[in-house]
Amino acid sequence: MTELKTPPAEAKAADVPAQPGRRSWYAVIRPWLPLVALLIFAILPYSTVSLPGIFDGPLNSPGTLQLLAICLVFGGLAAGYDLLFGRTGMLSFGHALYFAAGVYGTDILVTKGGLPLWQAALLTLVGGAILAALLGAVALRTAGIAFAMVTLAFAQVGATLVALDFQGLTGGEEGLPLDVSGLPESLVGVANTVNLYWLALAYLALVVFVVARVAASPTGRVLAGLRDDERRIGVLGLDPYRFKLVAFTLSGSLATAGGVIYCLLVGGASPHITSSELTLSLLVMVVLGGPGTRWGPVLGGILYMYLDHRLTDFGSSAAVDSLPGVLSGPLSQPLFVLGTVFILAVYFFPGGLASLSSRIAPIRRLFPARPPR
Amino acid sequence: MGTIVLLTLTGLGLAALYFLVAAGLSLVFGLADVLNFAHGLFLSVGAYGTWWAANNLPGAGPGGFGFVLAVAFGVAAGALVGALVELVMIRPLYSRNIEQVLVTVGLSLAGVALLQASWGADPRDFPRPEWSRQVSVVLGAKVPNSILLLIVAAVVVLALLLGFLRYTRYGLIIRAGVENREMVTALGIDVRKAFTLVFVIGGAVAALAGGLGGVYYGSVSPSQGGSLLIFAFIVVVIGGMGSVVGSAYAAVVVGLLQQFVNYYGTSGAGDLCVVALLAAVLLLRPQGIAGKAVTA
Repeated sequence: MTELKTPPAEAKAADVPAQPGRRSWYAVIRPWLPLVALLIFAILPYSTVSLPGIFDGPLNSPGTLQLLAICLVFGGLAAGYDLLFGRTGMLSFGHALYFAAGVYGTDILVTKGGLPLWQAALLTLVGGAILAALLGAVALRTAGIAFAMVTLAFAQVGATLVALDFQGLTGGEEGLPLDVSGLPESLVGVANTVNLYWLALAYLALVVFVVARVAASPTGRVLAGLRDDERRIGVLGLDPYRFKLVAFTLSGSLATAGGVIYCLLVGGASPHITSSELTLSLLVMVVLGGPGTRWGPVLGGILYMYLDHRLTDFGSSAAVDSLPGVLSGPLSQPLFVLGTVFILAVYFFPGGLASLSSRIAPIRRLFPARPPR
Repeated sequence: MGTIVLLTLTGLGLAALYFLVAAGLSLVFGLADVLNFAHGLFLSVGAYGTWWAANNLPGAGPGGFGFVLAVAFGVAAGALVGALVELVMIRPLYSRNIEQVLVTVGLSLAGVALLQASWGADPRDFPRPEWSRQVSVVLGAKVPNSILLLIVAAVVVLALLLGFLRYTRYGLIIRAGVENREMVTALGIDVRKAFTLVFVIGGAVAALAGGLGGVYYGSVSPSQGGSLLIFAFIVVVIGGMGSVVGSAYAAVVVGLLQQFVNYYGTSGAGDLCVVALLAAVLLLRPQGIAGKAVTA
């Protein structure tokens, strides 16, 4: 479990001699880039630009906004999962359980329990945190591969419980549509998709903020130590079990919060979110983006969900259909394309998207900077 | 009485299916430290291989010797895929365990999607021999023949595996490798050949489970392997990783528990009991029934 090393700092490329004027300008703006990105995403719904080929409608159409919001939620989920995988080195295969707890918890409390949304969300969050702490306490008695299997088994219980449809609570295979009559006006209806989009954006910002704060804290350094050499942390007199449990609980709670947002966004719960495939796709997102980095998992999550939605259209497009059957069949399956890209990324691109800039650096060095005038 | 016999035998049939998947998984894990998510794919390859051969291969068919040929074709396909996966995908990542797991995850996603693209997501009718649809009377219970077939196959595979591990040179290397891989390498034995071998064995046995499972379920679908795989994982953890005998015991316990609880409780409660059993085993005996890395 110790093979993951922190990727080299990305700023290295900037140290190569180049235009001093440009450099300082970039150095000033760099710390503010996340805020600028946040601002751009926040005002995106006011734009009516349409990007043919990338989105079906103009940017402020409800369909586009919903797709973007789903991408943002999964960016946040991937960042939360990375707290386990990339930053602590724990390979959990049961993350879907906490996400599903958020989705089904909110849905059941609102639709069947008749609670107001804020109470339902709060109860769900607390419940998700307790669930993660309890299951984590059992699962963390094992380590490494056995831990992966145990978390997988727990998540399977969640999937079974949902499929069992105990007293019609979860709706079984059909899922449970959200009863919107008790919800605040501003979160209901196609016209208000933009509010949900902002909610998703806020969730993503929250997760990135929390994960970055935890990673920078002393606890975060212990977690990085656990990833690189667990025995050494033990020798230092710290209890690995406790720190891992903290990371597991926090990560599970963030996933539950994401589930609450997702439930509002898609207006209900469906059983496929409980399957282990969701956890596997989170893993793919993190690895594609770059584990253990601040923006890698976010980018990976956004890109994965976008491709997952758009590749379906791409697969049924005329360009693919005109290919011979041997090619067009597999290409129409988003998971085939994503799985193959993922395998290639593991071999040839271990740092993921986040390591792109340090990868291009040697090439950039080949081209000397513009000579001074 | 009849009900109990029937439940016991169907439970054992389920256990046989779990054992066939878990045995290879356990060996692969014990020797190569790879949690093989693509194991479910081997099973699907076996199921689809058998299905394809029964419909298209000359001489093969749904009944009699043709069925044996079809299953043999499926098993060969599974073994071939197992060997290819090890040689092409696992070997370049030697001793980088996380990456190996990630690659098998990607393979399981892409492989299932590929099966779906080729033959569709819906279940396909499986060509079954006529006798497997009938029932035999055992101690007053009417037991489907397909279940008896599964049990017999699992017992034969268990005996063959144990014999192979105990009495052949390669079996010795595998057992020693599970115990201490570095020492085997230090003695000048190329343990990587043994890696390929366990993947071939695992692939073949899982493919057999796929073919016979197709007879049992009466249909094949791309996602069948994945759902069996999770219970196979549980069996491997309960039985102790790297132990074939432990897997056999654990499979019997899990299969019987699931079958009995599902019958006497609500359906689906058996799955919960199995995971509760897993949690109990982890709390009381984290290394599994068979203890640590004792093969055969």
